[in-house]
Amino acid sequence: MSKRVDVSDLHVYYGDFKAVEDVTMTIAPRSVTAFIGPSGCGKSTFLRTLNRMHEVTPGGRVEGTVTLDSEDLYAPGVDPVAVRRTIGMVFQRPNPFPTMSIRNNVLAGLRLNGVKEKATLDETMERSLRAANLWEEVKDRLGKPGVSLSGGQQQRLCIARAIAVEPQVLLMDEPCSALDPISTLAIEDLIGRLKADYTVVVVTHNMQQAARVSDSTAFFNLAATGKPGRLVEMNDTATIFSTPSQRVTEDYISGRFG
Amino acid sequence: MVGRAGEPVGLGPDRRAAARGRRGDRLFHGAAATAGVLVVLIVVLITVFLVVHAVPALLHDQANFLTSRSWDVSVPMSFGILQLLWTTVATSVLALAIALPFSVGIALFLTHYAPPWLSRPAAVLIDLLAAVPSIVYGLWGAYIVAPKFAPIQDGIQHLLGWIPLFGGVSAISGGTTMLLVGIVLAIMVLPIMTAINREVLAKAPAAQQEAALAIGATKWEMVRTAVLPYGRAGIISGAMLGLGRALGETIAVMFILSALPQGSAWTWSLFNGGETFASKIASDAAELTPGLGTGAYIAAGLVLFLLTFVVNAVARLIIDGKKDFSE
Amino acid sequence: MSTLLRAAPAPRTTALAPGRSRGRTLRSSAATALIWLAFAIALVPLVWIMWTVLSRGLPSMLHLTWWNKDQSGVGPAGFDHQVRGARHAIVGTLLMAALTSLIAVPIAILTAIYLVEYGRGRIARIVSFMVDILSGVPSIVAALFIYAVWVTTFKLTLVPACASLALVLLMIPVVTRSAEEMLRLVPNELREAAYALGVPKWKTILRVVLPSCMSGIVTGGLLGFARVAGETAPLLLVASYTQFLNQNMFSGSMAALPTLINTNVQFMSSDPISADRVWGAACTLIVLVLAINLAGRLLGHLTRVKS
Repeated sequence: MSKRVDVSDLHVYYGDFKAVEDVTMTIAPRSVTAFIGPSGCGKSTFLRTLNRMHEVTPGGRVEGTVTLDSEDLYAPGVDPVAVRRTIGMVFQRPNPFPTMSIRNNVLAGLRLNGVKEKATLDETMERSLRAANLWEEVKDRLGKPGVSLSGGQQQRLCIARAIAVEPQVLLMDEPCSALDPISTLAIEDLIGRLKADYTVVVVTHNMQQAARVSDSTAFFNLAATGKPGRLVEMNDTATIFSTPSQRVTEDYISGRFG
Repeated sequence: MVGRAGEPVGLGPDRRAAARGRRGDRLFHGAAATAGVLVVLIVVLITVFLVVHAVPALLHDQANFLTSRSWDVSVPMSFGILQLLWTTVATSVLALAIALPFSVGIALFLTHYAPPWLSRPAAVLIDLLAAVPSIVYGLWGAYIVAPKFAPIQDGIQHLLGWIPLFGGVSAISGGTTMLLVGIVLAIMVLPIMTAINREVLAKAPAAQQEAALAIGATKWEMVRTAVLPYGRAGIISGAMLGLGRALGETIAVMFILSALPQGSAWTWSLFNGGETFASKIASDAAELTPGLGTGAYIAAGLVLFLLTFVVNAVARLIIDGKKDFSE
Repeated sequence: MSTLLRAAPAPRTTALAPGRSRGRTLRSSAATALIWLAFAIALVPLVWIMWTVLSRGLPSMLHLTWWNKDQSGVGPAGFDHQVRGARHAIVGTLLMAALTSLIAVPIAILTAIYLVEYGRGRIARIVSFMVDILSGVPSIVAALFIYAVWVTTFKLTLVPACASLALVLLMIPVVTRSAEEMLRLVPNELREAAYALGVPKWKTILRVVLPSCMSGIVTGGLLGFARVAGETAPLLLVASYTQFLNQNMFSGSMAALPTLINTNVQFMSSDPISADRVWGAACTLIVLVLAINLAGRLLGHLTRVKS
């Protein structure tokens, strides 16, 4: 239940503005890949192109190819809705649906796509909540609104909601940046467990976090303000943090800028 | 549904579901766009129908449509809008002149002066003025206020009669004058103007207000320098919207204002009676029969429509211009 | 800024005594007083109108016949000494406003959805502009338009539904604007969350976005309902009054509270019974409109989704 993502020669545009330039990389299945880099370097923008979420913004488009186990995400006839069903996403700020209970939040993806069998739904809900490390905390109040949970719990609820549709790949856009340290630890722990089943990609501005959770790390940077972001280098996390091949990477991870 | 482990999953796990989704999107987008286009169509149709039915009557008009004061719609027709235009514009501008300072003052009260516990209920009270149906304003104005207002008007006439606007008019008694209509219209348009002013004044940046206070400005100086300038465009466009409402108000004007006898002499006085476009159309509504005569009323309605169109368009352009500027 | 620059220097006193001239303080106090006064003066007409209408209209409303009888058997308005009922007008007002809402609300919500969720570029700007223009169309002009279409062009006989058609033109912009505002308040993050689950856009709008702001939209609908229920001008042109109860929107004449008032008002000064009818109808109308209006606000306040 986990697939490989190959990106080659990808350019991202918003209208006439080129936001990210010429990215080529391979994201291995059953692993955690971290994207790091200074703000505005295009790491989040690039992440959104991996499940075509950038198309939600008017004018967002790409050149180049992204394949999921050799299936081209941008081939003509591919429905972006189907892409997002296969490649899930967790956002910076927890965003449970305010009108829905905890249960319905987890099942939103299934129910909105027409799944009705109660047995399937119940089974999926418990499995997803367990996988998100939230089951024990909420099993007695599944009917309560999702927004009644704490911030960290909400974020795990969002992760449960994302994995309930059984995606192949899970994209996380700075999933801990709005959380306190204890909740952050819980999410990092969860990320470590999720890679057993999913291809996980995490954008983070926190280098320690990247070092803690990821197997490989990609460093993004801007040549200059106003220039498009680009991929500087990508390697095993251990290598990136000990012996990066580029000078600029070393400057960044040693805290000299960014 | 979603792909299960072991199945050939990927981008089209269920092509039919995807197709269904796309069809749903197309249908829904189409329905929403149709509704939007319908709104445009309605405005276009209003214009077209009014023009088409006004033109034959205008071609048969023996008088000058723009400069004649008579209104005779039995063939041969001779009708003009001058008196209607004057009454409409004069009462509306008067209403605006009265309502504008009040609306700004009340908006300041709600945003900067009222204690926090009072601010919301006070706003609801002002909004309630907008909920009162205009026919109730008409009843109140014509049968309750007018008799009490008549002696006051006589007093004003006595004092300021030498100004043409306040000159004496012998034909109208009982206080049912343009001046009273202007006052009642002012009350009626006050809530919408206040609501807009309140919105723009509440958005004045707090930092500058604090800065003004920090260098020793009094509250009023703070309001004048750091609040009102931010509201200017909004206040003007709110005034335009209020003017538009006043121009088109029908039943309150019809109940309050005394009609003039045919052939009354021209006067600039606000103590005159008369009819506005809207009240004229409404009060003659019972006599409307399909034919050229109706065309004359439709022509009058068309002028009113154009008038409000321009006023509302100006209001919109001011708001848009402000937006472009601040973004 | 000029006042400030002129006023700020020249502190005449020191330490804790404020460095403001007495004139400036006085001017500020005067402004405060005027601003309070403006609000107080605005309350005068509100209280006066409420007092007038309630004191003169409530007595009629308190009779059961007011609610369960129409004006049949009363004779020509103003010449028979009994007030009798307003059931025909109350039912008529509610029916007309209900049919109006039935047509206008779906169009308005769809237009708002178009403007917020789909509309881009020139067409959306034109639609938005036209909503503004429509909201400024005087009600008498809306009625004139329906008259020109229905009677002059198609030579049809006016039916009560014509009044609803005219009122639809007035209700669409009111409900569109409030629904648009509510839709814009729904955070984009919710839409993105749904998209990321592979939910198509239309289902996202129907099942995630709309439920999140439904209470606000219902409030806007109720405010629109209250507004058209109180409209008079269009009825004068396209809805003839009758003394009798009629519940068929598509034939005959149908009374409404405003036309009941308008029919009796001419006899008011000579006939106290007519006056009772007029004030009773005015009171009923104002109570109805205010009740719906306040219910809408309260509903919006109580059921707001917290996020």
